[in-house]
Amino acid sequence: MATIELRQVEKLFGRAPAVKPMDLTISDGEFVVLLGPSGCGKTTTLRMISGLEAVTSGRIFLNGKDVTWLPASQRDIAFVFQFFALYPHMTVRENIAFPLESQGESRAKVNQRVDEVVAMLGIGSMLHLRPGSLSGGDRQRCALGRSLVRRPAAFLMDEPLGALDAEFREAMRAEIKRLHLAQHATTVYVTHDQIEAMAMGDRIVVMSAAEVQQIGAPAEVYHNPTNLFVANFIGSPGMNLMKGRLAGDVVHLDCRSDYSVPPVYRELLRQKLSSEEIVVGFRPEAAHVAENGAISAHVFGCDLHGSYNMLHLRPDGGPSNGEEELFVHVRAGRGVVHDIDAAIRFDLDPGMVRFFDPRTEAAIGAAQVSTMPAGAEVRS
Amino acid sequence: MSSVTLQKITKRFKAVTALDDVSYDIHDGEFFVLLGPTGAGKTTTLRVIAGLEKQDAGSVQFDGRIIDLLPPAERDVAFVFQQYSLYPTMTVFDNLAFPLRSPMRKTPEAEIKRQVGETAEILRISHLLQRKTARLSGGEMQRVAIGRAIVRRPKVFLMDEPLSNLDAKLRETLRLELSHLQKTQKSTTLFVTHDQIEALTMADRIGVLREGQIVQVGTPTDIYDRPETTFVAQLVGSPKINLLAAGREDGMLVLDNSDLRLQLATLGVDPGKLPAKFTIGVRPEDVQPGSSGDFTGQVSLVEPLGVETLVHIEVGKQLIVSTVPGMTTLKLGSAVKFNIVRERLHFFDPNSGIRIAAIRD
Repeated sequence: MATIELRQVEKLFGRAPAVKPMDLTISDGEFVVLLGPSGCGKTTTLRMISGLEAVTSGRIFLNGKDVTWLPASQRDIAFVFQFFALYPHMTVRENIAFPLESQGESRAKVNQRVDEVVAMLGIGSMLHLRPGSLSGGDRQRCALGRSLVRRPAAFLMDEPLGALDAEFREAMRAEIKRLHLAQHATTVYVTHDQIEAMAMGDRIVVMSAAEVQQIGAPAEVYHNPTNLFVANFIGSPGMNLMKGRLAGDVVHLDCRSDYSVPPVYRELLRQKLSSEEIVVGFRPEAAHVAENGAISAHVFGCDLHGSYNMLHLRPDGGPSNGEEELFVHVRAGRGVVHDIDAAIRFDLDPGMVRFFDPRTEAAIGAAQVSTMPAGAEVRS
Repeated sequence: MSSVTLQKITKRFKAVTALDDVSYDIHDGEFFVLLGPTGAGKTTTLRVIAGLEKQDAGSVQFDGRIIDLLPPAERDVAFVFQQYSLYPTMTVFDNLAFPLRSPMRKTPEAEIKRQVGETAEILRISHLLQRKTARLSGGEMQRVAIGRAIVRRPKVFLMDEPLSNLDAKLRETLRLELSHLQKTQKSTTLFVTHDQIEALTMADRIGVLREGQIVQVGTPTDIYDRPETTFVAQLVGSPKINLLAAGREDGMLVLDNSDLRLQLATLGVDPGKLPAKFTIGVRPEDVQPGSSGDFTGQVSLVEPLGVETLVHIEVGKQLIVSTVPGMTTLKLGSAVKFNIVRERLHFFDPNSGIRIAAIRD
């Protein structure tokens, strides 16, 4: 059982910040995900917790004890890597038993612990095989088994599903989460995949450019992102973001349409916005096609995603050059089909619209205005 | 553009049969996606059509004319690869102009300028024309590569996983642009991928390839709603379709190792046409938790994805995954009632995995 605390932990490589000073307190049994694009500092953070990387400044506590300068081997933490790091000449059983045997545990105890782990992972049929003859998923199960068998106080996992095919990833994701629910071992999990982070984390630490952007439950980072980076990074596709200028209670969007600010936001925007420039944000499921909708657009594409259709719209009068192209993605039912180039209008669900200040990139009123959809605040 | 017909194509590499008696048509102006796992024969198909591989049996036709004896250069197909394969020291303009300047074409310079300009406009890379390709981003490079393929208006486009090297957000954008381009230009395109989302979103029709054989050809809706085998059913859709062992007892469908039963007559299924044991397939969105549900299970895992939540429901010893919109108040370990959208239940033979058709009245 373990709590982990980072106090103003910082890492410089030469003079370049790899992790800017960050605070993070992880409770006993919690599953925390460090999420961000490559180079954001998430893996460096994990390696500092493990002791594989020394901090430049700040302190790390494990169960309240300062472990900042304790070597990795004395931290009672297990590390699971993206690449399986199994001994190729040993069988699955020997690989799993290895950490205990090297600690000089008795034969009886080793057998008992290995049997437990094997049952938990459902890998009884492959105990006598060598890693080379296993599928990617089974190899990762074996690697998990080897770290579980030690019963460490905490698990650190660095993209453990990153090397697996998409089809195994979904199943392994659920398996690791189930394992966590059964064991309740404190876990810090690194990934660049926002779906994995949403599905697995009790809390998500979103990082970018060596800095923490937001720490929150999945529903929070999804519905109330603190800034434009989080809004765009979370979700597939990310949040739709439309620039405009605020005049009174109306946003004159850079495309030709006007959007009337929902009443709960009016006072707040007047107080907090640093200039008249504003960004209106909304998730694809927060918009719907409506004959008298506020925003006019043309259909760029309309496609099937299995259980739903996605409409891709170009707002009329919007930018149209290179990467600057503005698409608005609207999630719709299977029956909603529109031809390419058809003129269309859409509206936004007022409870799910968010506003950002483009100068600071910060969300306005995410904390003040509680507008999460029903059930969103509940965690399993 | 052209239509393409593959007629009984077989291609072997020593002992391995890469393509096994494959036949289908790609209509003029159609976006046809070949979908399948690694090693299914997707790239081999493209190479046979391009003339880069000679098939062992069967023929390839463009607009009904057999082209098996034509060398690759005379087939007039354009290839777009996963790797961009641009000339790094040339400008974007020169890369685009390159196919038009080939000795076989000898296009006048003024005409080249016009065609390159037009192509750059379509792909929205006009502002990059004077830049060296080595200095472009991944997305820009792939746009130039696509531009170089479309500039000379070939009979057929052959695209080999052209988006798989791009990061997720860029892939989404380029997928959309490529699809728009094809639909407005009506170019005959054969697009190869292992990514089910690319196939569903872009294709007019999908051909599912497995171990050198075509398993099913159909529109994305056909493939998703009426998969011919359990393999196809599992290949499309995320999260994956639930495949569950079940049997028939006294006119009831009985889920193995559980107490879930339902009257086959209420499904419009004639019990006499079902074998004693079978596999049922049910997509996660067709499993709908709700207080008036006919069935009961226990919540064993909740995965909130934001737009929807995956709820894993244990029913006896079987696990059923359900997708519910938005967030959920369902708690881990609690009992949950749910319904199954009956008309969307699939039946498969438990041994061959083939869809059991013609069971409904």
